[in-house]
Amino acid sequence: MGGLILFATLLVVAPLILIFFYLLREGLGAINLDFFTKVPAPEGETGGGLLNAITGSLTMLAMASVFGVLIGISGGIFLAEYPRHPLMPTIRLVSDVLAGIPAIVMGLVAYGLIVLRFGFSGFAGALALGFLMIPIVVRTTEEVLKLVPQAVREAGLSLGLPQWLVTLRIVLPAAAGGIITGVMLALARVAGEAAPLLFTAFGNPNVNLDPSKPMSALPLEIYRGATSAYDENQRMAKAGALLLIVLIFVTSLLARRFSRRR
Amino acid sequence: MSEPARRLPPRASLSSGSDRVFRYLILALASVIVLVFVVSLYLLGVESWPALSRIGLEFFTQRTWNPVNGTFGAAAMIMGTLITSFAALIISVPLAIASALFVAEYAPRWLANPVGYLIELLAAIPSVVYGLWALFVIAPVLARWQVTFFNPEYPERLALYTKCAGIWANDQTTLQCFFVPSSGAGRGLALAIIILTVMILPYTASVARDVIRLVPADQREAMYALGATKWEVISRAILPYARAGIMGGVILALGRALGETLAVAMVIGDSQDVIKSLWGNASTMASVIANQFGDAQELLHRSSVVTLGFILFFVSVGVNLLARVLIQRLTPKGIQ
Repeated sequence: MGGLILFATLLVVAPLILIFFYLLREGLGAINLDFFTKVPAPEGETGGGLLNAITGSLTMLAMASVFGVLIGISGGIFLAEYPRHPLMPTIRLVSDVLAGIPAIVMGLVAYGLIVLRFGFSGFAGALALGFLMIPIVVRTTEEVLKLVPQAVREAGLSLGLPQWLVTLRIVLPAAAGGIITGVMLALARVAGEAAPLLFTAFGNPNVNLDPSKPMSALPLEIYRGATSAYDENQRMAKAGALLLIVLIFVTSLLARRFSRRR
Repeated sequence: MSEPARRLPPRASLSSGSDRVFRYLILALASVIVLVFVVSLYLLGVESWPALSRIGLEFFTQRTWNPVNGTFGAAAMIMGTLITSFAALIISVPLAIASALFVAEYAPRWLANPVGYLIELLAAIPSVVYGLWALFVIAPVLARWQVTFFNPEYPERLALYTKCAGIWANDQTTLQCFFVPSSGAGRGLALAIIILTVMILPYTASVARDVIRLVPADQREAMYALGATKWEVISRAILPYARAGIMGGVILALGRALGETLAVAMVIGDSQDVIKSLWGNASTMASVIANQFGDAQELLHRSSVVTLGFILFFVSVGVNLLARVLIQRLTPKGIQ
């Protein structure tokens, strides 16, 4: 039985190693200075890079974090610090349910909210990504806030601080490490999402930092390249995929280190 | 403050004033979570309405999806979603539980942590990267395998395929023909199932591992004291105890599988015809949204695609609630 279980475990882990080394073999060659400083070459031509995708991903992730982190941390504070509030079970339930809604459906929602009125834009993409970040940040914030000992809160209150100052100045800083971990995990999760960006951010062959216009992203370029008939586009997609998973792995690793050191 | 306070209120109520402001602020921001949910429901409902009102229940039962002549029946892609998700679930659950047992019960500590971490990394790989890998690495393998199947050295296989091709053409399915490969490019239903299996493995595995670790040490020790073998302890003490949590993890993984989009959209072949073969092209609700929403010009087409999203919304909410109920109900009370 033990042998069978070991074999099954190897089967589970194998794809990770296979994917990583496949991308390393196929994509590493295309990662050079051009890759970071140029936009994709026109279809059928060689050369170029993914600068448009890198800047687009960074811009949209930054915008998504503003929204996702603000709402997420507030939700976590509410659930952890006001557990007897009558609205608490509703918000907890909705946040959990939101975590299970497919990313592409959130893309449809962002489409209805923004794109129908203002057209494709980086902002619409960022909103969809922000929606996806919220439940992850809520969950981790709530969990780490609950780890802060009650005695710490009582000590603050006994000094005469109002409860909100205790929350902001004592409880939140004590839990900062865990909250940052949650935010990093949420970022790592949405950084790879292409589905909700297909018809919100839409993609852009040029570098664009204006959030009211269509914007590219790494997962979008990977999708376009992987389904393209041109070798060069496929090569770029593999290099982009390598960059993306390395970034995601490093972020997850750092988040894990960060939470362990607390 | 502009006007001086006449009567200084007691200190407690001073702080409670600012506390109330903060509480309302936090409540208002937290309520955005509910707002997101309600707005999603509303928008999806409004945009689905044209299709739902015009097509009605036939949307779910009709097997033709043809944007050209304006027929929209989602039966084939609903089937595609169900087949891919449940097949992936059936394959992945035993593997996931085995790997969870390895990490929690068999592996020495120096090995258990890295393996557990690798499984978590598997969950972090983006859908589009899985799709790319499936397209460039697994699809050619399947294609080669299909060609080997039709090797002229085995005329009976060719005969079987010819017979099935006739059945497929007549729009019927028999179970035998469902499993006979088509001479395709490796893409299709089977590849979608394979990649979905890999993608949902880490979710079930990490939930199962966490639950197995929660099984109290007494459970094991009592069995070992009675002279049970390791496998007996696992099958009679640990797995029954962890059953509820594992079920919850399995259902959450099902939710993932039902809504998984791009990896499936890239490999399933995007055909809205009735599914005739495990190896043929097909589509899922999510893959149709990804592949068609951007091009859907006409109102009915567009609305039909949003309706697929609306169904996915409801299904994922339902699956999530079911997982919660199961975790609460199945927890073995006698053992606690």
